[in-house]
Amino acid sequence: MTKPILVFGYGNPSRGDDAVGPLLLDYLADHLDLSTIELLSDFQLQIEHALDLQDRELVVFIDAAVNCPNSFAFTPLSPAQDHTYTSHALSPAALLAVYQSVSKQPLAPCYLLSIQAEAFELGTGLSERCAANLAKACRFLEEILKPTHFRGN
Amino acid sequence: MYEHLETADPALVAAGKLKRVAVDPVSRVEGHGKVTLLLDEDNKVQQARLHIVEFRGFEKFIQGRPYWELPVMVQRLCGICPVSHHLAAAKAIDQLVGVDPANLPPAADKLRRLLHFGQVLQSHALHFFHLSSPDLLFGFESEIGKRNVMAVLADYPDIGLQGVKLRKYGQEVIRMVSGKRIHGTGAIAGGMNKALTKEERDYLKQDIAQIVIWAQAALQLVTKVHTSHLPYYDNFATIRSKYLSLTKPNGALELYHGGIRVKDEQGETLVDHYDYCDYPELIREEVRSWTYMKFPYLTSLGKAEGWYRVGPLARVNNCDFIDTPQAEAARVEFKRHSGEAMVHSTLAFHWTRMIELLHCAESIQSLLDDPDLLSNDLVAKGEKRQEGIGVIEAPRGTLFHHYQIDENDIVTKANLIVSTTSNNTAMNESVRQVAAEYLSGRELTEPLLNNLEVAIRAYDPCLSCATHAVGKMPLQLELVDADGKLVDKLIRHSSGEFIHGSE
Repeated sequence: MTKPILVFGYGNPSRGDDAVGPLLLDYLADHLDLSTIELLSDFQLQIEHALDLQDRELVVFIDAAVNCPNSFAFTPLSPAQDHTYTSHALSPAALLAVYQSVSKQPLAPCYLLSIQAEAFELGTGLSERCAANLAKACRFLEEILKPTHFRGN
Repeated sequence: MYEHLETADPALVAAGKLKRVAVDPVSRVEGHGKVTLLLDEDNKVQQARLHIVEFRGFEKFIQGRPYWELPVMVQRLCGICPVSHHLAAAKAIDQLVGVDPANLPPAADKLRRLLHFGQVLQSHALHFFHLSSPDLLFGFESEIGKRNVMAVLADYPDIGLQGVKLRKYGQEVIRMVSGKRIHGTGAIAGGMNKALTKEERDYLKQDIAQIVIWAQAALQLVTKVHTSHLPYYDNFATIRSKYLSLTKPNGALELYHGGIRVKDEQGETLVDHYDYCDYPELIREEVRSWTYMKFPYLTSLGKAEGWYRVGPLARVNNCDFIDTPQAEAARVEFKRHSGEAMVHSTLAFHWTRMIELLHCAESIQSLLDDPDLLSNDLVAKGEKRQEGIGVIEAPRGTLFHHYQIDENDIVTKANLIVSTTSNNTAMNESVRQVAAEYLSGRELTEPLLNNLEVAIRAYDPCLSCATHAVGKMPLQLELVDADGKLVDKLIRHSSGEFIHGSE
């Protein structure tokens, strides 16, 4: 049942702009054929998510970012051990490092789609600026994930 | 027993003779708690308390909501055991629509059980491998950098990976039944909202044989760790207590639905096949001023004598047998080790937790062969009622959900007794035991303080669903004299760096 593409949007939907990852997944669910794409949402990256990276051809992480200079950024990821580990949260690079340590399979190409964000208050909705950034990121990723673009990567 | 350490002599406190030590927060547990110690001039412990310092208020803010929202809403209590809250609430709202457990359609009953076995499997794997295995594999006073699951993955890659995969499988069971790994839906008033498809069932069947083998390996690991460190493991933080759990009518271990059984320290049965809907007569809750967590006790025995323990140790101690073969063989070995009717070792929570992990894996394997899982006869109906009580054995112990609604189906009253609340007195007693036996009279160091946390972690407390760090939680320990002057300070930064001194 593993699909070749994994899109993993993480963040807390109840904390303002932190919701952009899960919200982008909602957009993709409405706009893309998901026969080859798995959408996965969670509050934070955890160790066991390394197992979700197995048997993929492409992985895209989506997260809110306060230090993103543009509306959004799409950057390749490499495994890297860092000091971010807690019981509930890893960085994407640290998660890839966990994958490398526990899996004998090669790692698929992985990217991080960072969406510029600014407000993370509990119980609030998206800030106006972040909502506009999300709209741009949605269209970008929708285009990237269309079969004509993805095949051959 | 160490009750005398709950409150120090007021005269000593008034005279300013005691210094205060705090472990705040306690790490590698769910939620935020702290331990405070009061020491005399010879560093002898005069008072030890586990405080729960956050206030949730769930019982209050679900009032005013329609009852059918409850199973989804109360899942937000916890990120680790949301399914247990989901199902306890579902059992309660079954009663609100007039459906008793015996009248639930077999398919719905089995789907809920499958969902719950997946929940207990993933939660037990998380607790054992992610949170407690660093203590058990590296030692209670090991270097700080070793006290996390990443170090376990590095030094014991096979064990670590099996733990991660066991948890993942439990989450996949939850996902197949409820749609999401966390905060999915599934149970509704009177039944379930969807059957398992053949594809979903077959997907889960692919790996279950391997999961049973890994669960057996996890059990062997904890058995070896425990029995290789005798008598230390039998005595550490150990207290003699009563035990409360659900059992099947035939006395078998039960996680989803049964009657309440209570046994005393000697193994005498105090209560059996007790209808959990009558729990308000069986249990009362005491409030104390220094913590937000209540102290439940058996009404008939009173506050001083009526406290009890719940969870894996209680369930394995209380049941007559386990109805899956490998887990039953493990239970027999466990009881043989003790030679007593009841096992009181607090670290035996880990051992019994892995017996239950194996039981869950075996039960899932058996259920996946049951054709009822694919049936669409999923919902029963009955006569409306205004009060519902749902009780379930959550990973950490017996969980009570109790609701009343008005004529407009709005919740007017809610009472929840979560598992960790039932273990409150026991956790405090274990903390006092460790403080008295291992810390008293010694110069306190960070590794020594981890002993307090090891005792608390054995219970797998779920202090809230808040996110917290593992191993690298910022920790500050201060020694303050009677005049409020800082005498000494130990700081653990979130980077893992440990500093001894005033800065």
